[in-house]
Amino acid sequence: MSRIAACLDKLHSKGQKALIPYIVAGDPNPEFTVPMMHTLVEQGADIIELGIPFSDPMAEGPVIQLAHERALEHNVCLSAALDMVNEFRQQDQDTPVVLMGYANPVEKMGYENFASRAAAAGVDGLLTVDMPPEEAELLNEALKAVAIDSIFLIAPTTTAQRIKSIASLATGYIYYVSLKGVTGAGHLDTQSVKDKLAEIKSITDLPITVGFGIKDAESAATISKLAEGVVVGSALVQKAADLSQKGSNDVAGQAAQLIGQMRLAMNEAAA
Amino acid sequence: MSTEKFRDVDYSSVPDEHGHFGIYGGRFVSETLIEALDELEASYKKLSADPDFQAEFDKDMAHYVGRPSPLYFAERWTEQLGGAQIYLKREDLNHTGAHKVNNTIGQALLAKYSGKKRVIAETGAGQHGVATATVAARLGMECQVFMGEEDVKRQALNVYRMKLLGAEVIPVTSGSKTLKDAMNEAMRDWVTNVDDTFYIIGTVAGPHPYPQLVRDFQSIIGREARAQCLQQAGTLPDALVACVGGGSNAIGLFHPFLDDTDVTMYGVEAGGYGVQTGQHAAPLCAGEPGILHGNRTYLMQDENGQIIHTHSVSAGLDYPGVGPEHSWLKDIDRVNYVAINDDEALAAFRNLTQVEGIMPALESSHAIAYTHKLAPTMNKDQVIVVNLSGRGDKDIHTVASIDGIEI
Repeated sequence: MSRIAACLDKLHSKGQKALIPYIVAGDPNPEFTVPMMHTLVEQGADIIELGIPFSDPMAEGPVIQLAHERALEHNVCLSAALDMVNEFRQQDQDTPVVLMGYANPVEKMGYENFASRAAAAGVDGLLTVDMPPEEAELLNEALKAVAIDSIFLIAPTTTAQRIKSIASLATGYIYYVSLKGVTGAGHLDTQSVKDKLAEIKSITDLPITVGFGIKDAESAATISKLAEGVVVGSALVQKAADLSQKGSNDVAGQAAQLIGQMRLAMNEAAA
Repeated sequence: MSTEKFRDVDYSSVPDEHGHFGIYGGRFVSETLIEALDELEASYKKLSADPDFQAEFDKDMAHYVGRPSPLYFAERWTEQLGGAQIYLKREDLNHTGAHKVNNTIGQALLAKYSGKKRVIAETGAGQHGVATATVAARLGMECQVFMGEEDVKRQALNVYRMKLLGAEVIPVTSGSKTLKDAMNEAMRDWVTNVDDTFYIIGTVAGPHPYPQLVRDFQSIIGREARAQCLQQAGTLPDALVACVGGGSNAIGLFHPFLDDTDVTMYGVEAGGYGVQTGQHAAPLCAGEPGILHGNRTYLMQDENGQIIHTHSVSAGLDYPGVGPEHSWLKDIDRVNYVAINDDEALAAFRNLTQVEGIMPALESSHAIAYTHKLAPTMNKDQVIVVNLSGRGDKDIHTVASIDGIEI
């Protein structure tokens, strides 16, 4: 069983939902990332989504765009992100790590080369934002060969027919994009999320996590009642960036408090 | 010659149903946009076969744009170069001064027939932005144009022109603050406002079906040029020359000639300070395949797959990617892609202005400069058609500042 499936099974048996923070590898600097990943786990993160910096992050709002730019100033690219996962794995064998990024860095590394390096580093899943299933056949094969999960997006605009075809290719979990927009957008509509999740669940048994627009303990708790997991990106990245700018001497610890608060609220919601 | 692989290709077979030109093209966007692209594809398929839509497009081309644009025999320039006879396809005489309007009229009509009230566009030099703002004004649509902050500063005239036309110009401050970032931002807007907004992409790039539909709208250039050349020169041209940034004017000229396999084609990229310096915008000459802005194509990228900065004196060519059909035409050797440096383009700009009284856009000046090299190697009974894709009025500030003159 993959680390992701094991993690989600375990949570399910406890009646809990997955809390999935997203950070960008190398933001604000390369030394920050691995300790931050450990701190997030200490605060209650179940799975970590690690963003691969890209020069043209088309699906991101301003907060995560800036995170990509900060990481790129330190030349943190896909290769360095894999090294970070490897370093994280020295101390943590259990927490699943999903790489989230854009197609071109993976394309450039080569699918098979990427797959073998990612597997060796201890990566559990890959979500390539700009590679819909129609284009992902070869990459999927390469990932399958090394038992890395292919995480796909479903959006509010995804038709029932596409949900079916996406679900037939996806492994690990499905990432539901809660709104039409970029990451960090502020117009999350719980009812529409609820309706769409019901539609998706009528088609597939895969676990569903929800991201985009979840910014605090309250929204995390609300969404956690509807899905198997919640993803929090921009709110966490913004908090770390603010603390870093203010010169805090414990950016990781203070920023990760947001995850601690979400964990508590989600546990209460599940109780 | 018959061993050349491009002679056996069925050019009507591309793109395939998923928008692929060989390994290039496709649809590399986030899931939220897939439905909108499916809708666009369906409505384009329907409307391109709809006589009312075609009649409206043709009418606008004739009475609003001023088509057909002339094919002009450049007699003095031909004499000067002493080789092949050179004809200029005068897209510079179109309304708004470039070929861009052929496409914005087509896409704005698609928007109108699809019931969209708002259009958005990306722009580099501002020509596509102006062409979009123009058609939006005419159709009474809300229009927002994304433009890199650097380009907003460099192209103040076009920014003001768009404002006069009623469009809002939104400066883009992310990344390198140029055309590629403007395109990122337009995509972000589109994904947010996908229900009521039509994204008018300015070149033959982007996710399927954009490369196909922009090509189809721009192919009027080549259809006219082919008929005009047969009539005026009594023969098909021996060579075609066009500049390539994203590549819409070049595809527009080339596409109707693809089956005429004795017509040699040259796509001229921006060599900037010289391809060997790395400071250029010539992905077909010096890049490699990758994925950006919704399609697989040749790109300027580093060893980690990050898109790198480009340079060209011509803002309209200053783009790290290129339309996917060009990538395919390169790989099958149907089109020869070459590069012309900034200084060569500037010299060609001055020469054509003085010899023919025609001031070419700096983009088009790259095609003019390559013709300087090509024509003397050809016989006097041979014919070259060069796409003069835009006029140079917009570039006077750039040229003047290179001359040290403040206007």
